[in-house]
Amino acid sequence: MDVKGVKDTLSWLYYQYLLVTCSYVLEPWEQTIFNSFLFIIVAMVLYTAYVFIPIHVRLALKFFSGLGAGQPESTVAIMT
Amino acid sequence: MAAALRNGRAGWRERETGRPGPGLGAGAGPAERLHPAAPYKVKPTVEHHKKVFSETFEQPPIYVPVLTYMGYGIVTLFGYLRDFMRAWGLEKCHASQERKEQKDFVPLYQDFENFYKRNLYIRVRDNWNRPICSVPGPTFDLVERVSDDYNWTFRYTGRVIKDVINMGSYNYLGFAENKGESLNSVAEVTMMYGAGVCSTRQEMGNLDKHIQLESLVAQFLGVEAAMTFGMGFATNSMNIPALVGKGCLILSDELNHTSLILGARLSGATIRVFKHNNLQSLEKLLRDAVVNGQPRTHRPWKKILILVEGIYSMEGSMVRLPDIVDLKKKYKAYLYLDEAHSIGAVGPTGRGVVEYFSVDPRDIDVLMGTFTKSFGATGGYIAGKKELVDYLRAYSHSSVYAASMPPPIAEQIIRSLKCIMGLDGTTIGIERVRQLGVNARYFRQRLQELGFITYGNEDSPVVPLLLYMPGKVGAFARRMLKKNIGVVVVGFPATPIVESRARFCLSAAHTRQMLDTVLNVLDEMGDYLQFKYSRQSPGVRPEACDEPDFEIED
Repeated sequence: MDVKGVKDTLSWLYYQYLLVTCSYVLEPWEQTIFNSFLFIIVAMVLYTAYVFIPIHVRLALKFFSGLGAGQPESTVAIMT
Repeated sequence: MAAALRNGRAGWRERETGRPGPGLGAGAGPAERLHPAAPYKVKPTVEHHKKVFSETFEQPPIYVPVLTYMGYGIVTLFGYLRDFMRAWGLEKCHASQERKEQKDFVPLYQDFENFYKRNLYIRVRDNWNRPICSVPGPTFDLVERVSDDYNWTFRYTGRVIKDVINMGSYNYLGFAENKGESLNSVAEVTMMYGAGVCSTRQEMGNLDKHIQLESLVAQFLGVEAAMTFGMGFATNSMNIPALVGKGCLILSDELNHTSLILGARLSGATIRVFKHNNLQSLEKLLRDAVVNGQPRTHRPWKKILILVEGIYSMEGSMVRLPDIVDLKKKYKAYLYLDEAHSIGAVGPTGRGVVEYFSVDPRDIDVLMGTFTKSFGATGGYIAGKKELVDYLRAYSHSSVYAASMPPPIAEQIIRSLKCIMGLDGTTIGIERVRQLGVNARYFRQRLQELGFITYGNEDSPVVPLLLYMPGKVGAFARRMLKKNIGVVVVGFPATPIVESRARFCLSAAHTRQMLDTVLNVLDEMGDYLQFKYSRQSPGVRPEACDEPDFEIED
């Protein structure tokens, strides 16, 4: 029974997506084009996130921790 | 305790400290309980000049217009794609196209209106122009039609959808009916006079029925004289040119009907538009007009005519009549009031906004109205001083060139006017007027409580319910028809692009049961399609009951 509830909710959510993006008025082949276009863009965003976010986060942490540790030397250097 | 209840104030205190009472939640503070924001029990008709003028035009949360624009953007992109395919022959073009020989001339179908029509309107146009095959009363029958090629062509399946609740016809007082003893007089008149008039008013088309009708209309409105015309739209567009001309100024409301705009343009007068129902804007224009006069010569304007409507049919709002009459007297302008939707529909005895605001009808220079809406007929009238009406009889284009009102229609209006005024000896008319007011207030109140955004004055029988997104407009109309309710949805050219709406026109013939059916369906659909955008808290209301519920069990 829970599967049916989940399926109903998903189909209601898909219907809301159709209404909000106004794909409801488009013909089926146009809806397919639009859905695939959106899916490709979302897939590319997710792939880019998967590949690049860990590297960027690590670099950012290194930058900030490096900055905090090296701070006393740099201010002394400037004053002298 | 019973004695304390009979004493009003102690009774309220008892209720507050005692049980909360059905439906009054713990969250409601004492102020709200004493003066509930939206009492379920419909207010009786109070003195209208003391009544608070309450109109709301609530704005939705910001994501709604953003998503609406996004939706229109997506459909526009697909529109460009389809137009490209049609232009390069990848798809057959069902819309109007130029012929091969015309391709080198100025393009005919490239403007935005045609683009919009081809690519958005046609996709959802099965919700308009639906053929009806019965009298448009509170319920009606629709001819079923389906489309095989996405609304480019339709075919009739042969079935008839019966007993669809009619929430779209302008049947305010329920005179669109085909049963009733008083209809016999209409049949008799048809037998006696025939169906057509075959002449204009100034030639052979001036019947005794017209004279009888006009004196009745003048008596109904409380003015000296009235003149009737065969078509409501033509009443405006043909008579404004007779009243004003070059060298006159017309101040017209932003949201005036096309007939008023057409009449104003045909007259050749200068037209200036003031913001909808906004008296500061109107006063500024009046002062500017009186001080500066005509554009280059600075001569004074020959006439200044203010064009307003009683109820604006797309917004459901009412004109602020007493203030406009004061302004007009101060600046010596003339007032033309178009009561197409308000005559018969508002006011304690159905005499329109003039009665609703308790304004003297002699203060309004030209009273215009139509018989299409509350009287179940066709045609329009212009009423006012006798000299005005006599002038129009001679100089109006409509009386010289247009055929006059057919006799059966005149008799239908006479019978409905007699019913409303009570001259036929029954109280049916006044009951209907009262019932319409009750229906209108109940429906609006319940819609507010359910969480929908509606526009307009709380007493007007025209209720626009905002849907905003174009996808929802099509889905809403189709689903409502599946549930056997016929609604009118309005979209872009008639309304601003963001504010598409469904417009409900209430009728005195709607029973409380029909309204409850419609409201329950709307409630479900509001949750399913998600258009309950109102952020105002619904009024606290007790459970549905007819009597005031003052008993307290011990």
